[in-house]
Amino acid sequence: MSVESPAHAAAHGAVGHEPSQPHGNGHGLVAHQFEDAPQQREAALLGMWSFLATEVLFFGGLITAYVVYRWKAPVQVAVASHHLNVALGCINTCVLLVSSFLVALAVAEAHRGNARKVVQLLIGTIVLGVAFLGIKAVEWTADYHEGLIPFAANWQIPSHDLEILAQRGIDADQFGLYKLFWVLYFFMTGLHGIHVLVGLGVFAVVAALVWQRRRSKNFANLVEVTGLYWHFVDIVWVFLYPLLYLIDRHGPGH
Amino acid sequence: MVHSADAHEPHIIPFRTNLAVFIALMVLLFVTVGVAYLDLGPLGLPVALAIATIKAALILLYFMHIRYASRLQWIFSSAAFLWLGIMILITMSDYLSRGWLNVDGK
Repeated sequence: MSVESPAHAAAHGAVGHEPSQPHGNGHGLVAHQFEDAPQQREAALLGMWSFLATEVLFFGGLITAYVVYRWKAPVQVAVASHHLNVALGCINTCVLLVSSFLVALAVAEAHRGNARKVVQLLIGTIVLGVAFLGIKAVEWTADYHEGLIPFAANWQIPSHDLEILAQRGIDADQFGLYKLFWVLYFFMTGLHGIHVLVGLGVFAVVAALVWQRRRSKNFANLVEVTGLYWHFVDIVWVFLYPLLYLIDRHGPGH
Repeated sequence: MVHSADAHEPHIIPFRTNLAVFIALMVLLFVTVGVAYLDLGPLGLPVALAIATIKAALILLYFMHIRYASRLQWIFSSAAFLWLGIMILITMSDYLSRGWLNVDGK
């Protein structure tokens, strides 16, 4: 809008170009490029959703690769998938779901302007995120000791798996597709793990900012957009867990 | 989609709703793990994906507030999944139809 309405101009006049002055609308502060608090919130949310759209396709590339691979080599997927620890995967899913629940509560408290509760809930989330990565590290270490990390010095297809592949009539030149499961597994869980790690760092910064702004209460949008990112990371895991751990429990590999 | 009567007030999801969604997510997690140990044959994959999709929808609608969000946010958030669908659909239509022409190398 090139011409401001008189009422609007008057509202802005008191604020000038100083973004750290309250707008007096009960929503904390409005940066000078925005008309009002709802527009500022909408812009923040749309910005995060745009980023998340690119993230969906970032993980989507790997998911598409997995779909093609699974279609091409169902036996190799099933045999390799059998090494994953369903119980640890389940515990980790619980950990992430609880953390998402805490973040949902933190967003509600942020809208109520309750800085202390937001910080407590975010610290809880960070603790759970660290637990997730810890459990993931235990799994990856076990994979390493089984020689299941592709291109590691001790990589080898377990002899039991070689027998099953041979029984199922898989030629030796198709054994590379067994290795591909582990390449995809470490890329998918690794990329997800990096996102968890980034989320932990961002939450630490957000918790500090919320505490810093506890008097101005200008933190609702900050907490909400960070929350969107964390829930997205949760959704990715909601799909990775069944795809990688669960759906081949009855396939060859017992 | 439900629009809050006053679009200027951010909708604060009550604790009870968040708790109900969380409990539903946990129940669905244990259902999907339990179902994985039943031999459903070719149905195993679609059932697991259906449960995962319901879980993702609950997270999107409630934890990510899409149920209470503007139509523009609704479009932004579905566009990503639409494009993912296009990517998988076109990729697989290529792989699945390659043998149909009986041409060597195709």
